[in-house]
Amino acid sequence: MLANFDFSVITSALPYLFLDGMRFTLTLTALAAIGGIVLGTLIAMMRLSSLPVIPTVAKGYVNLMRSLPLVLVIFWFYFLVPYLGQWITGADRPMTVGAFTSSLVTFTLFEAAYFSEIMRAGIQSIPKGQAAAASALGLTYFASMRSVILPQVFRNMTPILLTQTIVLFQDTSLVYVLSVTDFLGAASKIAQRDGRLVEMYLFAAVVYFAVCFVASMAVRRLQKKIAIIR
Amino acid sequence: MNYNWNWGIFLEPSPEGTGTYADMLLSGLMWTVVTALCAWVIAFLLGSVIGVMRTLPSKLANAVGTTYVELFRNIPLLVQMFLWYFVLPEVLPESWGSGIKQLPNAPFYTAVVCLGFFTASRVAEQVRAGIQALPRGQKMAGTAMGLTVYQTYRYVLLPSAYRMILPPLTSEFLNNLKNTSVALTIGLLELTARARAMQEFSFQVFEAFTAATVLYVLINVVVIFTSGWIERRVAVPGHR
Repeated sequence: MLANFDFSVITSALPYLFLDGMRFTLTLTALAAIGGIVLGTLIAMMRLSSLPVIPTVAKGYVNLMRSLPLVLVIFWFYFLVPYLGQWITGADRPMTVGAFTSSLVTFTLFEAAYFSEIMRAGIQSIPKGQAAAASALGLTYFASMRSVILPQVFRNMTPILLTQTIVLFQDTSLVYVLSVTDFLGAASKIAQRDGRLVEMYLFAAVVYFAVCFVASMAVRRLQKKIAIIR
Repeated sequence: MNYNWNWGIFLEPSPEGTGTYADMLLSGLMWTVVTALCAWVIAFLLGSVIGVMRTLPSKLANAVGTTYVELFRNIPLLVQMFLWYFVLPEVLPESWGSGIKQLPNAPFYTAVVCLGFFTASRVAEQVRAGIQALPRGQKMAGTAMGLTVYQTYRYVLLPSAYRMILPPLTSEFLNNLKNTSVALTIGLLELTARARAMQEFSFQVFEAFTAATVLYVLINVVVIFTSGWIERRVAVPGHR
């Protein structure tokens, strides 16, 4: 079975796969994770706010993003971002955005909904006494968030945020539908050029498995180390 | 260069000749729902078995269950889809491989199997969490009453565990349904694929995707209501 498989096609394509493909995947993952966490924290704060309309808007956004498949959202933003750019900058024709920018916007906004649920659970798990003490010390809402609540939330939620980032790393493979050259896209291009689907897809699966497995082991170790006794 | 809105596009005939654009989208919706339901049957049954295996006293069962879950959770769904569709027919014996490739609706069967195995790993995690969240005394009481391991699981542990994990299982069902959209890459003509086709034929991008969005939100609402109804129906009276 393995006799007529030609694994040299993998070794000759390694620079392209990793320097082009994996670099794109890792860049997209890192930027979308940072953007998603920042935006997700803001959305979580909006949902927990006591102001009138804002919690409903945040809740609607999160529920909408969580009911749609990521593939559909990728397509949505691929077509929507040029028009949004035109509307924001007041230009007279839709802005040209590349597939990287539109997928970055997509993943940031999509994952922000999931990160916001994590952060919301985190903020709600902080004892109420913390917020009460901060307010008794005269801190404003934003000052207490910045100095008291959010640092604790980030410490508690770091393993879950990292797990969601690993999920995001896996989800970036879906930019394949835009024919973007991420790691899977690069493997696919080599596979179709050389007619070696089996070797390339197996190699892509092995690499993804290795990265995700090692990362989730690391997160588990981190979880044990930073667990605090309440 | 402004976008021309045309909400009447849904009633216009599609270039495929089989009806209007609305019919196209509804056909996609049907494929989505059928794929999701068939995959869920596999996922629920297989996932329950794997989840139970991870809680059994036997080391071998634990190892098999853990390997399965780690394998299917650490490879992205799209890569798994490609492995099932492109790689499996090549590594099987000649005649089986050709047989698979020549099946009518091959993308459908591949998508069902792939989604079933992928979602099974997530269901297994939920079932394991449910069983491990039960008080230890449940299992001990089963043993004390002389029930075999199988009987303990069947009559004592699993009924409580399943009722406890109904909400996360609903989430997994919805994830399964959303993941059917990944099958568009292997040629399954489900809802997202049809919306994309409608966008390509008619250039009415936002109408097409809005319709797909509305349909997905509707499915979500229906599933969440049904799950709430099931939860109320199977709840043990007086139990929390």
